[in-house]
Amino acid sequence: MEILIYGITNSVTLALMAIGFSLTFGISGVANFAHGAFYLLGGILTWIFINHLGIPYFLSALLSILLVGLLGFLLYWGLMLRLRGLAINEVIATLAAAIVIIEVLRWLGFSGFTYVLPEFIKGSVNIGRVWLDYQRIFLVAIGVALILLFYLFTHHTKTGLSFRAIAQNERTAISLGIDSDWTAALSLAFGSALAVIAGLAILPLGSIDTELGYDILIYALAVGIVGGLESIPGIVVASFILGFSQIAVATFFKAQWQTVVTLGAIVVILAVKPSGLFGKYKELEERV
Amino acid sequence: MAEAVRYRRERIDRGIKARSDTIYTLASYRDMLYLLLPRILPVAMLLCLPLLLGGSYWGKVIFYACIFALLALSWDFMASVGLVSLGQALFFGIGSYVAGGLNFYLKWPMFLTIPAATLGGALICTILLVPVVRLRGVYFSMVTLILPLLFAHLIETLEILGGTYGLLSLTPFPNHWLAVYIAILAVMLVLFGFRKLINEDFGLVLRGIRDDDRVVMAGGINIYWYKAQAIFIASAVGCFAGALMTHYYQFVGRSAFALDYTILPLAGAVVGGPGSFAGATLGTFILVPLSEALRALGGLRMALYGIILIGALAVLPEGIFHYIERKYHQVERDIGI
Repeated sequence: MEILIYGITNSVTLALMAIGFSLTFGISGVANFAHGAFYLLGGILTWIFINHLGIPYFLSALLSILLVGLLGFLLYWGLMLRLRGLAINEVIATLAAAIVIIEVLRWLGFSGFTYVLPEFIKGSVNIGRVWLDYQRIFLVAIGVALILLFYLFTHHTKTGLSFRAIAQNERTAISLGIDSDWTAALSLAFGSALAVIAGLAILPLGSIDTELGYDILIYALAVGIVGGLESIPGIVVASFILGFSQIAVATFFKAQWQTVVTLGAIVVILAVKPSGLFGKYKELEERV
Repeated sequence: MAEAVRYRRERIDRGIKARSDTIYTLASYRDMLYLLLPRILPVAMLLCLPLLLGGSYWGKVIFYACIFALLALSWDFMASVGLVSLGQALFFGIGSYVAGGLNFYLKWPMFLTIPAATLGGALICTILLVPVVRLRGVYFSMVTLILPLLFAHLIETLEILGGTYGLLSLTPFPNHWLAVYIAILAVMLVLFGFRKLINEDFGLVLRGIRDDDRVVMAGGINIYWYKAQAIFIASAVGCFAGALMTHYYQFVGRSAFALDYTILPLAGAVVGGPGSFAGATLGTFILVPLSEALRALGGLRMALYGIILIGALAVLPEGIFHYIERKYHQVERDIGI
């Protein structure tokens, strides 16, 4: 029972972390290795807004989502536009951006028990023999809602479809009147905003730690790669596989094994089936 | 209405370059100097610097610069096969741990552990990476990004090889000079060796794989075998750097797999100009002393590296070395069109 409940919440947490990354990197093919940094930045900005500027919670949450989204847009427009098409340079540039953000935040000392985001509603509920706080229930609800919205967005709106188009075939997309630069910038902005939303839902469960910036990226990568970067069912299935195996390993062995399992899963999947369990159309791009 | 005059930048090889490239009978000392100076001057400088600086703090910085230069060279070699690594820390860490482990548990002397770590470590790295040589581009990079993290976590979790504490009190170098000169000689050997190798037939195949792997396959060449060989060579260099550093520090710990050993060489290679080996060396010899000078900034150093990396990618994507090389070999002029 414990494994079931914590497995579900953990899986949804992973899915939330991965969804923004998957939108930019998987669906529009724009590398965003600054995903974890944006997640962290969003949390810290919200904390600053609440505690230093005295802005009410929902306003400051909204503000930091918008700000980080804008930052994502600027990252594309200012930097990535020059490197577009050189996949490796995109990765290096965004990884460098991530390091800059995270290390500056670390230097400013935003880490530790004082930096805690408020929960939506305090308290917990007893399910079976397990105490579950309301925040985790909210988290599951937000996760499920986001994934549904995400599916509808990428399959039934014009912007969402154009995101997928530029990853599948950029030239055809351009010839059909999709402005690929604008779309890619927009997808980076959306992905960054999603990272902040995930952060706002997940961070209240613990304190903010700058090390998270790197961890989140790894978890997002793991879910994206195991599930298949461009597939939404893949994200769901992969986060459940990883989420449950993490909890199982932590219960039966030691908590440290969690990260090893995640990292191991990435390596194994990349070696065996790099397009992931559900990925389809990148077969030729990724290996020879 | 006056027509706006537009200009086009034209680049022409200097006469002396054309002469020294094609005519093999060197006519004058000037021609010879033109060819030799860019090679001899850095070598001479590198050999003299430790003597000038002695065993001071900056003398040690030269050693670190050499270590990172070796890692950057190894990165550049893999990049010239189209294998872009985001995990030089893997080679560095494996080399460190093999040398450290042999020295700590089996009490092997240093002149055995370093060669053993170089070859054995390279073999381990190659075996680790061979399953993924089929991967291209970003996918290969992601594996290399993850592997060092995986190892750092494994050592912590399994509490093997000293766990979180690391292996302490390993054999030190008899003196500072030996360490520095081994490092400098290694850098020069690898630098000129790679520059030669990449222009041989073997190197031609490697560059072919980078440019278009399927064409090379169609030519009936087993590209996986070539990629594995390239990984072995590159990882041997990386492991050697790791083994050297281990004995210099007399310590090996999880920090050997840290992001620093990935980002610094990468930044060096990108800033200096990838693809020429000399660029990677130049880049690290600029960046490492710079970062030591900025040590006062503490934690901001890594952030600064990120900024330099971004700046280099955005402003001078060809790298410093290619820029200098162009200025050295060519004249530029604007002509109206």
